[in-house]
Amino acid sequence: MTAFLSVRDLHVRFDTEDGTVKAVDGLSFDVRKGETLGIVGESGSGKSVTNLAVLGLHDPRSTEIRGEILLDGQELTAAPESVLEKLRGNKMAMIFQDSLTALSPYYTVGRQISEPFRKHTGASKRDARLRAIEMLEKVGIPNAGLRVDDYPHQFSGGMRQRAMIAMALVCDPELLIADEPTTALDVTVQAQILDLLKDLQQQTGAAIVLITHDLGVVGHTVDEVLVMYAGRAVERGTVDEVLREPQHPYTWGLLGSMPRLTSDVTEPLTPIPGTPPSLLAPPPGCPFHPRCAFVSDVGGNRCRSERPELPATGRGSACHLTPNQKRTTFTERIKPRLG
Amino acid sequence: MADMSEILVAEGLTKHFPIKGGFPVKRTVGAVQAVDGIDLAIRAGEAFGLVGESGCGKSTTGRLLTRLLEPTAGRIRYRGEDITHASRKELAPIRSEIQMIFQDPYSSLNPRQTVGKIVSGPMEINGIAPPGGREARVRELLETVGLNPEHYNRFPHEFSGGQRQRIGVARALALEPKLIVADEPVSALDVSIQAQVVNLLQKLQRELDIAFLFIAHDLAVVRHFSQRVAVMYLGRIVEVGDRDDIYRRPRHPYTHALLSAVPEAGEDGGTRVGAPPSVSWGSIRLAGDVPSPIDPPSGCRFRTRCWKARDVCAETVPPLVRADGSREGHLSACHFPEPPTVERDTEVVM
Repeated sequence: MTAFLSVRDLHVRFDTEDGTVKAVDGLSFDVRKGETLGIVGESGSGKSVTNLAVLGLHDPRSTEIRGEILLDGQELTAAPESVLEKLRGNKMAMIFQDSLTALSPYYTVGRQISEPFRKHTGASKRDARLRAIEMLEKVGIPNAGLRVDDYPHQFSGGMRQRAMIAMALVCDPELLIADEPTTALDVTVQAQILDLLKDLQQQTGAAIVLITHDLGVVGHTVDEVLVMYAGRAVERGTVDEVLREPQHPYTWGLLGSMPRLTSDVTEPLTPIPGTPPSLLAPPPGCPFHPRCAFVSDVGGNRCRSERPELPATGRGSACHLTPNQKRTTFTERIKPRLG
Repeated sequence: MADMSEILVAEGLTKHFPIKGGFPVKRTVGAVQAVDGIDLAIRAGEAFGLVGESGCGKSTTGRLLTRLLEPTAGRIRYRGEDITHASRKELAPIRSEIQMIFQDPYSSLNPRQTVGKIVSGPMEINGIAPPGGREARVRELLETVGLNPEHYNRFPHEFSGGQRQRIGVARALALEPKLIVADEPVSALDVSIQAQVVNLLQKLQRELDIAFLFIAHDLAVVRHFSQRVAVMYLGRIVEVGDRDDIYRRPRHPYTHALLSAVPEAGEDGGTRVGAPPSVSWGSIRLAGDVPSPIDPPSGCRFRTRCWKARDVCAETVPPLVRADGSREGHLSACHFPEPPTVERDTEVVM
């Protein structure tokens, strides 16, 4: 099946007072209908910027976007605002992390859900209201017929997140981008929301891009994983491949940093030393080399001078270690330390 | 006679925040029952974890124990001395022994002060002049927390989030405290940095023999850090015990539900080796949200979301007791505790 969303060699740069920030630096990925791609990375890795670029939400005056973004065959990077307007909220929609700031406090939840529906379908006020109630029911809000007239502050955090999902799905989008949709929620509510997204995807067959920093969330909700570091993709594979046999030292580092409910508590965690690099002046060669423990395994000056590339599609990682080195290093040196 | 190894003891600790309303004269119309009668004892040198979801009262508990908030009812004893309503003056010597680390490394450091000034602040306030001078002591502290002592004259904005949190830790250590209350000390940090700070806190706790009250919502982090753990729900402690009691032999349904909701990377078909079967991912799904602490459910506060609730749960508050089959020191507050599970050895599974 061909990809519904296809991003090729995407570059996003911001002009700031201090210089040019290379927020995304040569990123490629595909998402198919009915599938979920998880983009994993820490703050500043470029995962949110990528998706704002897909939706065309950057300020064109200070942002330079190069590369190709194809949504169902339609090129978006050069598309005029009028075209993007017709697509946003209709063919593609977004769920934000913080529902309290993403919803307007001045309008009722129902009005905010029905607004994109009216705009894109031209439905009457009455029909749009019925649609809003239907959507609230779909995302599991009890008494939807009454709650539709509530304001966001009358909803709890989990309910607001549900309302935002209802708003994103009101026009049956074929691409849904969820940016840390459960980070602000408690674990018991997070589990409800992840279940809901999965159910809705099965009903609608939408393609989902799930952005998160939590490898645990990834393990339970996505089909494919893209690990990002300093504006670049460093590893790609199916969720099983990436979690069971990760190939990139950064992915190893992330797994080692996370305590688990079953890990050995007598062992200290194995954090990644140092801090992520500045995107104003990223290090030469592999952007991860200043924090990487395996530079000497590669040997010579290669990690410092030559940038490893990730193959454009399929399983792979952007690291100079040989496939054999990656396998043996992980099974012999990394895996025994993970709980 | 109280156990002298317990340095901080709370009995029936309660905090109700009044809600004012009405016109023209404002009256108290209700109360947010943030913390409602909790018993807690922290032993010298131990790492005690307090875990729960947002709004369960865990931060309020931390602030009550450090006397940053005035309790509505109950008692707090520090080393046998009643400090429940002690005045500022009476508290002064105790305050230097109990320190706090805050969640947000941005708002908890004064942006207009240098690192040297921030870390030496507690010594100045308490008129402490360490041998060799305050500056030498600050440099030593910076080194202890893994910062470059040369950064003495820098300002907070020159540091990353993880480094700022280290500054906060250095400040908490300045007076050689006996107890540190750390309120979500790593939740604002990125995963890779989080692990650095957790390791640092653990090393300090062990090497300097400081008791820690580690407040967090992340169950895995709390498990990694704490020897004993208490689980809070809606202002009350529902279960308390040793780490393995809580994580491998939980008795309270809420603890089971909470553990089952944590998604973990690298599980085998949802099972978690060493944990009871109900704790595998997704085996328990709680419906709905936590009820409002303004009007909490009668009896057991968890009953509105509990699949085992019966009439008695609405009528009687379940006491926090040792249930049949629980080990010494493992207390749970449930009328129908989950069966005690047989312990299995933890294997390392990837």
